[in-house]
Amino acid sequence: MKVTLRLFSIAKEMAGFEEREVEVASGAQAGAVLDILTGLNPRFTDWRGSLRLAVNQEYVPEGHLLRPGDEVAIIPPVSGG
Amino acid sequence: MISLTNEPLEIQRVIASVDAPGAGGIDVFIGTTRDVSRARSVLWLEYEAYEPMASTMMERLAQVAHERWAVLNISIAHRLGRVNVGEASVVIAVSSAHREEAFAACRFLIDELKKVVPIWKREFFADGTVEWSRQVHEQQGITTEGV
Repeated sequence: MKVTLRLFSIAKEMAGFEEREVEVASGAQAGAVLDILTGLNPRFTDWRGSLRLAVNQEYVPEGHLLRPGDEVAIIPPVSGG
Repeated sequence: MISLTNEPLEIQRVIASVDAPGAGGIDVFIGTTRDVSRARSVLWLEYEAYEPMASTMMERLAQVAHERWAVLNISIAHRLGRVNVGEASVVIAVSSAHREEAFAACRFLIDELKKVVPIWKREFFADGTVEWSRQVHEQQGITTEGV
């Protein structure tokens, strides 16, 4: 199934893109997109503990089950304010 | 009023937006951009946001503050894009009948905003380097309390 991946800040820089449709296995967990990104750039391994995930604009744990068409965002440590 | 804008923040307008006949006071926090980061000289900053989620999270923080403290109105305005040193990057205003509630809610709002709202700061240094602000260590072990 397809989900839309959205990247920000350092994650966008490491991946080299901002938004992309990616294919994940049916019943995949949100953390699966981190495996895809690590495959693209091994630097994601160092960041894994610091990246949070949001599905359809809500923070979720890595084990959250994805559905077709979900928007999955990679949220690096925030620094607003 | 919750807003994300690429324009300079209109501080007076944010303050006026929380005015209420029953207010005994308005507490205001203004975050401004510092000229030094990690002992290096900063020229300007650039902020980016996951805009719809950032707005939702700010709305939710305001809701939580309303549930916890007897406050009247809350406004949060965050700037995006380039922000020069000394300019305001965030303005939070809270009105309440009595000052304790406004102080407490305002403090909660800026503290939580810095932890959970998806906004990122990029620092442009005088030496020509550009870096995403590193706050990894401060982030560890945080919870998204209340949101």
